[in-house]
Amino acid sequence: MPQELHLQSLTELAAGLERGEFSSLELTEALLTRIESFDPSLNALITVTADAALAAATRADARRASGDAGALNGVPIVHKDIFCTRGVLTTCGSRMLENFVSPYDATVVERLDAAGAIVLGKTNMDEFAMGSSNETSYFGPVRNPWNVECSPGGSSGGSAAAVAARLAPAATGTDTGGSIRQPAALTGTVGLKPTYGRVSRYGMIAFASSLDQAGVITRSAVDAALLLGVMAGFDERDSTSIERPVPDYLAGITGSLDGLKVGIVRQHFDAGLDERCALAIREALAVLEDQGAKLIEVDLPNIDLSVPTYYVVAPAECSSNLSRFDGVRFGHRADDPEDLMDLYCRSRGEGFGAEVKRRIMTGTYVLSAGYYDAYYLQAQKVRQLIAEDFTKAFADVDVIAGPTSPTPAFRLGDKTDDPITMYLNDIYTIGANLAGLPGLSTPCGFVDGLPVGLHLVGPHFGEETLLRCAHQYQQQTDWHVACPETYR
Amino acid sequence: MSGGWEAVIGLEVHAQLATQSKIFSGASTAYGAEPNTQACLIDLGYPGVLPVLNKEVVRMACKFGLAVNATVAPRSVFARKNYFYPDLPKGYQISQFELPIVEHGELLISDADGKDKRIGITRAHLEEDAGKSVHEGFDRYSGIDLNRAGTPLLEIVSEPDLRSAKEAVAYMRKIHTIVRYLGISDGNMQEGSFRCDANVSVRPRGQQELGTRAELKNLNSFRFVEKAINFEIERQIELLEDGGEVVQETRLYDSDKDETRPMRSKEEANDYRYFPDPDLLPVEIDAAYIEAVRETLPELPDAKRQRFVEEYAIRPEDADILTVNRALADYFEAVVAATQGKAQGVANFVIGDLLGALKRDGLDIEQSPVTAGDLAGLLDRIKDNTISGKIAKEVFDAMWAGEGTADDVIESRGLKQITDSSAIEAVVDKVIAANPSQVADYQSGKAKLIGYFVGQVMKETGGKANPGQVNAILKDKLAR
Repeated sequence: MPQELHLQSLTELAAGLERGEFSSLELTEALLTRIESFDPSLNALITVTADAALAAATRADARRASGDAGALNGVPIVHKDIFCTRGVLTTCGSRMLENFVSPYDATVVERLDAAGAIVLGKTNMDEFAMGSSNETSYFGPVRNPWNVECSPGGSSGGSAAAVAARLAPAATGTDTGGSIRQPAALTGTVGLKPTYGRVSRYGMIAFASSLDQAGVITRSAVDAALLLGVMAGFDERDSTSIERPVPDYLAGITGSLDGLKVGIVRQHFDAGLDERCALAIREALAVLEDQGAKLIEVDLPNIDLSVPTYYVVAPAECSSNLSRFDGVRFGHRADDPEDLMDLYCRSRGEGFGAEVKRRIMTGTYVLSAGYYDAYYLQAQKVRQLIAEDFTKAFADVDVIAGPTSPTPAFRLGDKTDDPITMYLNDIYTIGANLAGLPGLSTPCGFVDGLPVGLHLVGPHFGEETLLRCAHQYQQQTDWHVACPETYR
Repeated sequence: MSGGWEAVIGLEVHAQLATQSKIFSGASTAYGAEPNTQACLIDLGYPGVLPVLNKEVVRMACKFGLAVNATVAPRSVFARKNYFYPDLPKGYQISQFELPIVEHGELLISDADGKDKRIGITRAHLEEDAGKSVHEGFDRYSGIDLNRAGTPLLEIVSEPDLRSAKEAVAYMRKIHTIVRYLGISDGNMQEGSFRCDANVSVRPRGQQELGTRAELKNLNSFRFVEKAINFEIERQIELLEDGGEVVQETRLYDSDKDETRPMRSKEEANDYRYFPDPDLLPVEIDAAYIEAVRETLPELPDAKRQRFVEEYAIRPEDADILTVNRALADYFEAVVAATQGKAQGVANFVIGDLLGALKRDGLDIEQSPVTAGDLAGLLDRIKDNTISGKIAKEVFDAMWAGEGTADDVIESRGLKQITDSSAIEAVVDKVIAANPSQVADYQSGKAKLIGYFVGQVMKETGGKANPGQVNAILKDKLAR
C-alpha cells in the first residue's frame, strides 16, 4: 500500500502523479485539509489560496491527461510571502504590506507555475526577512513542529515549519544571512541557498540586495535538486542574475564521495557551539569520511568578522531598499496625515515593526556623511577579505562542512530582548552570503528531541557538489525522513 | 560688474537623453501623455522590481564624452542618492557618484573679446529623472505624475571656469548645440529636456580662493540663466560690500520678479547617503566599443564652422550662426551645392531672409516651406541676372507663401529683370529730361546724386531694371 500522500517527498509525489496513482486534485485537497487542521497551531501560513489551488490542480490534471505536463505538474508547494504573487496578498510579514495585493508574479513564481506547480499559500516569515526566529512577523510567530514552544528559526520559518509538518512537500525561501539554512536546521528539513545570481531576485521583495538569494526548503537533497533546477537560470529582469547554463542537478547527485575533500573550519567548533550539537556534527563528518571523503582543516582567518560585517552591509542596503514604503503609492498609509512629513513618519512608524526600524536606523547611520568610511566602506573591505579567504580555502577543498546553527531550536521569547544573541544565530551561515557562495543544511541528529543541521558550503556554482554530498549522506542516515509525531 | 569683483560660475546642465524607453525600464519617454500612463511597475518603485540599464544611454553618454574630448570611463558605477520626496518613488534616485561615465572634458566658447576660451567639463554622469508633483486640483492634497520618473538624464558638470552670465550662456548654448548635433537630446527647453543649475560666487579680483557659492536651481531658458546669474552676482557683491557674508544655499530664480531667493532650509539639510546600487552591475566599456562609437560621431560644430570658413570662404561670424544647428548647416550646404551663386551670397540670404522668416513664423529649419533646392533656384536667378537681389526678396516671400518655385513666381508676377540696353536708355533719358536741376548739381560735382537717379529709374521700371546696367548708362549719359 502506498504511503499516505503527505508523507511522500516532492519527487515521489511527482512520480505518483506521473503514474496516475492519484490526481493533483486529490493531493491538493489532502494537503489543504492538513493545513486547515494543523496550521492554526503552527501559524506557518499567512495566506492559504485554497480556491486558486484547487482550480490550478484541476487544470494540472487536464494537462496531464492531454500529455502536456511540466516537471512539477500538479505538485503542491508553498511560497514564502516575500515573493510577489499576482492577485494574491504579498505581505512580507509586515503590517506595512498587510493590504498589498501584488499586480505581478516574481520570476521564481512564474517559473514554478510554468512547470505546473500548485501554490497552496504564502508562508509566514520574519518581517521583511529580518530576524532569525520568525518572531518579528506582524502576523505572529511560527511554531516549531518539533516543539510548539520553540521557534522554527527564521526568517523563512513558515516555509520550514510547513515542510517539517508535512503541510507541503516543498517551499521556496530566501536567505540573506542564513534565512533558509537556519530554519531548515531547526526544523529537520533540507535548506539550499544557491550561489548569488543563480536564481532571479525579480519580484522578491528586497531586504539586502547584494546578499539576498532565493532557494528551497525540502525534505531531501533530491527534492532540492528537482526544485532548484526549475527555479534557477538567467533572468534579463535581474541584472545581477548570471548568464550561465543550469546543470541537471539530479543527474550528478548519485556520484560517490570517494576522494571528496571536505574542509573543516576551526572557528566553527569554538565556544559558541552547543557541545551536543558539536557531537552530532562530528558524527556526521565521520559518515562522510566512511564514504571516502577526506577531512582537511582549512583556515578562514577573517570569518569571526562576518557577523559585524553583515550587520553593517545588510542594514545599509535595507535602509535604502525600504524607503519605497512611504505610504504614497501602496501599502500602509496613516489616517488623515496633517502634512507630508506626518504622512511619512506615521505611515512608516505604524507600518514597520521594531526590528525593521532598528535595522533601518543602523543602516541610515552607517551610510551617513562622516560615518560612511568608518562603517560601510570598512565593512565592504572586510567582506572582500572574507570572500578571498573562501577562495583560498576552495583551492584546497571541494566543500566546507560544519554546524548550521550554534544551538537547536530555542524557546519562543528567549532571545527577543537581546538582538545581539539573536544575531549570533547566523554566525556560521552569514559567511556564504557575504561571499555569494551556495550553502546547504541537512538534518544530522537530534538534541533533546530537536533537530540539528549539518552545514555545507561550496565554491561559486558548487550546488552540484553540495547536493551530491547531502544526498550521499542521506543515503547513509535517516535524520531527514524523521517526522514529528503529531504530523505523521 | 562693480570694478573690484570677479564672478566665478560653474554650470550643471541636465540634458534629457532622446531614448525611446526609460533608463531602467521599458516604459515610453514620450512627452505629454496623461498622468501616470507612462509609468510601469519599475518606475513606480513597486516592491520586488529591479532596474535594468537601457544600453542606449551608455552609447549616448559615450558619444557626448568623445565630442567634448573627455575620458570615457572603462568602469563606472551607479549609486543611490537617498532622500524622501513623493515624486521619487523608490526613496532614492539612481545616479552616478564616485565613478561617473565621463570625466575631464572641455569645450571652447568665445569670451567677451571674441577670443576662444576653454571651459573644463569636470564630469558627465547618467541618472534617472524624478516625477513631478501637481499642486492644483486636489483640494488639500497634491497629485503625483510619474510619467517623467526614470527618464534618462545626462548631467554635465562644468569646472568653475565661467566668469560672467554671458559666458555661462555661451557655454550652455554650446552644450545645447553639441547634444543636438549628436542626436542624443532634443534640447527642448519648454518641455524641460534641457535645463541647468548654476553655482555662483564672487571674489575680489586677483584673489585665488573661491568665495562662498549659492546654487541657482532649475534654470530652463538661456534668458533666465543670464538674468538669474546677473541678479545673483549683484546680490552677492552688494552683500559683501555691506560687510555681510554669502551663505552657501540653494536658491530659486523667480522669473516674474527677476530675483533669486533661498529655498526652504529644511531641504538643505539632506545627507544623501550615496552608496553603490547593489541592483546594477558596474558599466564596463572597452576600447573597441569606444572606437565603434567614435565612428558614428558626426562632424561637430567647431570643426564644421572652421570648414565652412575655409571651404566656402564665408565670414566666421556667419559660420557661427550657420553651424549652431546641424539641420541649418545641412540646409546651407545643400543650397551651396545646388546653386551657381557664391557661398557668401547663400549665407547672406539664409541668415538674413530665411532665418528671419522662420523666426517670424515660429518654425524650425526642418519645417521651412522653401526647400534648399528651391532656394538654390532663386539664387541662380540672381546670379544669371534674371532678377535683382531686391526683387529676389519679393520672390522669396511669394515662395514662402506657397506660390511655387522662383521661376513660377517670376513668370506669374512678371518680375523678369530688364536687361535690354535700349529700353533702359529710354527710361534714363526720360529721368534726365525730367530733372534738369539735379542734373546740373550732379555735373557740378555732387556725385552722390547718382543714387537719386538710380532710384528714379528703378521706380519707373518697377525695380526690374538691371541695377548694374542702370548705373553704367546713367554715368555715361550724365557725363556728357
